[in-house]
Amino acid sequence: MSTEPLLTVTGLTKHFPIRKGLLQRQVGAVQAVDDVTFDVAKGETLAIVGESGCGKTTTGRMITRLLEPTAGTILFDGRDITHLSTGQLRPLRRDVQMIFQDPYNSLNPRHTVGTIVGAPYRIQGIKTEHGIKRAVQDTLELVGLNPEHYNRYPHEFSGGQRQRIGIARSLALKPKLIVADEPVSALDVSIQAQVINLLEDLQSELGLTYVVIAHDLSVVRHMSDRVGVMYLGNLVEIGDRMSVYTTPRHPYTKALLSAVPIPDTARRQNRERIRLVGDVPSPIDPPAGCRFHTRCWKATEVCKSEVPKLVEFAPGHRAACHHPEVPGEQAEVAPDGTAISPFASPDLIEP
Amino acid sequence: MTVPVDIPPQADPDPAPVAGETAIQGRSLGQIAWRRLRRDKVAMGGAIVLVFLMLVAIFAPLIVGLLGTPPNDPQRSLIDRATGTMLPKGEYGGMSLDHLMGVEPGNGRDIFSRIVYGSRISLLIAFFATLLSVTIGTTMGVIAGYVGGWVDAFISRLMDIFLAFPLLVFAIALAGVMPDKAFGLEGDTLRIVMLIFIIGFFNWPYIGRIVRGQTLSIREREFVDAAVSLGARSPRILVKEILPNLVAPILVYSTLLIPTNILFEAALSFLGVGIQPPTATWGGMLSDAAQYTSHLWFMFWPGMAIFITVLAFNLFGDGLRDALDPRAR
Repeated sequence: MSTEPLLTVTGLTKHFPIRKGLLQRQVGAVQAVDDVTFDVAKGETLAIVGESGCGKTTTGRMITRLLEPTAGTILFDGRDITHLSTGQLRPLRRDVQMIFQDPYNSLNPRHTVGTIVGAPYRIQGIKTEHGIKRAVQDTLELVGLNPEHYNRYPHEFSGGQRQRIGIARSLALKPKLIVADEPVSALDVSIQAQVINLLEDLQSELGLTYVVIAHDLSVVRHMSDRVGVMYLGNLVEIGDRMSVYTTPRHPYTKALLSAVPIPDTARRQNRERIRLVGDVPSPIDPPAGCRFHTRCWKATEVCKSEVPKLVEFAPGHRAACHHPEVPGEQAEVAPDGTAISPFASPDLIEP
Repeated sequence: MTVPVDIPPQADPDPAPVAGETAIQGRSLGQIAWRRLRRDKVAMGGAIVLVFLMLVAIFAPLIVGLLGTPPNDPQRSLIDRATGTMLPKGEYGGMSLDHLMGVEPGNGRDIFSRIVYGSRISLLIAFFATLLSVTIGTTMGVIAGYVGGWVDAFISRLMDIFLAFPLLVFAIALAGVMPDKAFGLEGDTLRIVMLIFIIGFFNWPYIGRIVRGQTLSIREREFVDAAVSLGARSPRILVKEILPNLVAPILVYSTLLIPTNILFEAALSFLGVGIQPPTATWGGMLSDAAQYTSHLWFMFWPGMAIFITVLAFNLFGDGLRDALDPRAR
């Protein structure tokens, strides 16, 4: 793995305006992603995790420029692609591709597999040596589909097969970076492993770089080299997979990891379980200071007023917290694992 | 329904058949819908009637040549002038082997051949008016739904204005002031073109709204994002990704719009502002027959012709909708 970054994201922000009234005046904004900074080295897999609505999909869509960032910069291969126009983006589309979450929605039901996987060649006007059909069939074979299925329609395939078609489409142009938005969350557990293994095989075969967006921490642990944790539009922690999983520095990461199911009952007995209380605050009006302070059991006054900066704890391992976790520290939680912030709304503190 | 598969011919050689293995050929949604439609007896009944009607319209001169007399020839010898009722001689409106549906009172024109020729006018106007509506409606609807913003607001308000327009009053007024010659056309041809234009031009907002709504929902599907992330331009996304998914609702709505237009044309002819006599139209025949309210035979035939045609189109359209979208039942 080289250390040269393929993708550098700095201060990436996306606010969706809320407009109201006859004149469509802006009355507020959904702060979906706020000041997110990370980079991805060539050939590595960065996983972005977080619960629903934390902005991880929006981040992915900004990297592939399906969404226009409100602020910040995206450098791809040393080139600023933050505000390229549709026309300027077209050549870049060959290098950055996306795998979509829902294989039932991401394939046009009116097109055959041949048309879907052949579309990248036609759109980009790429001539292939033995014609598009041959190239498509080669790609289908690469992702483990029968090339004879060229003339079939998406509805004739299972979910896992459909996701392979989607992967084949994103691979057709031999991209450098693939943003995979929840690539397996719509699939059966038995199929998930197959697709993850396929993605890993393709990575080593084709030298791909992945940004994987996921909420399943077991999947992330299996796939990723590095992990970024997002909470309410902020990147709260990022680092090597091992480092983040064994010594989480941000309380949110710790709580998140404590929720991973452990199949072994003996090991389950003596692990620490942290149950966060309350809902994720609205991204329209996020809490001041550290956005996690309304649910964090360690929160103090400083968390309420000051936004924590990402601080490096180990090489490449950064977290944004005023009271970072110390390895081996036990969370001060109730016997049932309930952790309540001193700043939680009163009805949560006194049930 | 066709599913566009744009494979250049040179890139699509037949795969060499492997011994003992049949080539895997996918079944398109259109083919599946067709199989479903084939099993729907009512819809197929409607379809058979429609095919029959179209054949009748196309081969009208041939049919009339074999089975009737020319539609505009008065045959006063068949009319009972002696008693002064001006009704046809004989029972049931003068029905005989020579005149299968009898003859008209007053001038003795053959009703059968007038019904046959009337089908040409009805189907021609209804079909092309529908085509015009669907073309305008689809274009406007897709643009409104896909572009959004002020374009959508503008087109949507335009549709509201068109829907609020008193079409019948406008048609009557326009037909009243229409010259005999215009745009290098004259007589029936001019009237037909004008009717197609009036009916077609004022009906587009109905299909426009349906298409706009469908486009709004399809635009949010991930395969559109996928096309964008491949670098596809907007026209390609509209034509290749969105439009094929609109074929079903457009087709269904068209088959349901045609009978409405048949009725509208009949109404205009009935009111005397459609095709002018002596050209045979179903609506005009009803209007003529209305003078003889005590003798329903003359009203029966054009009425039945309209009724059967409209019913056949509606039954076929309903069946088509069920076949194309089984969930919409």
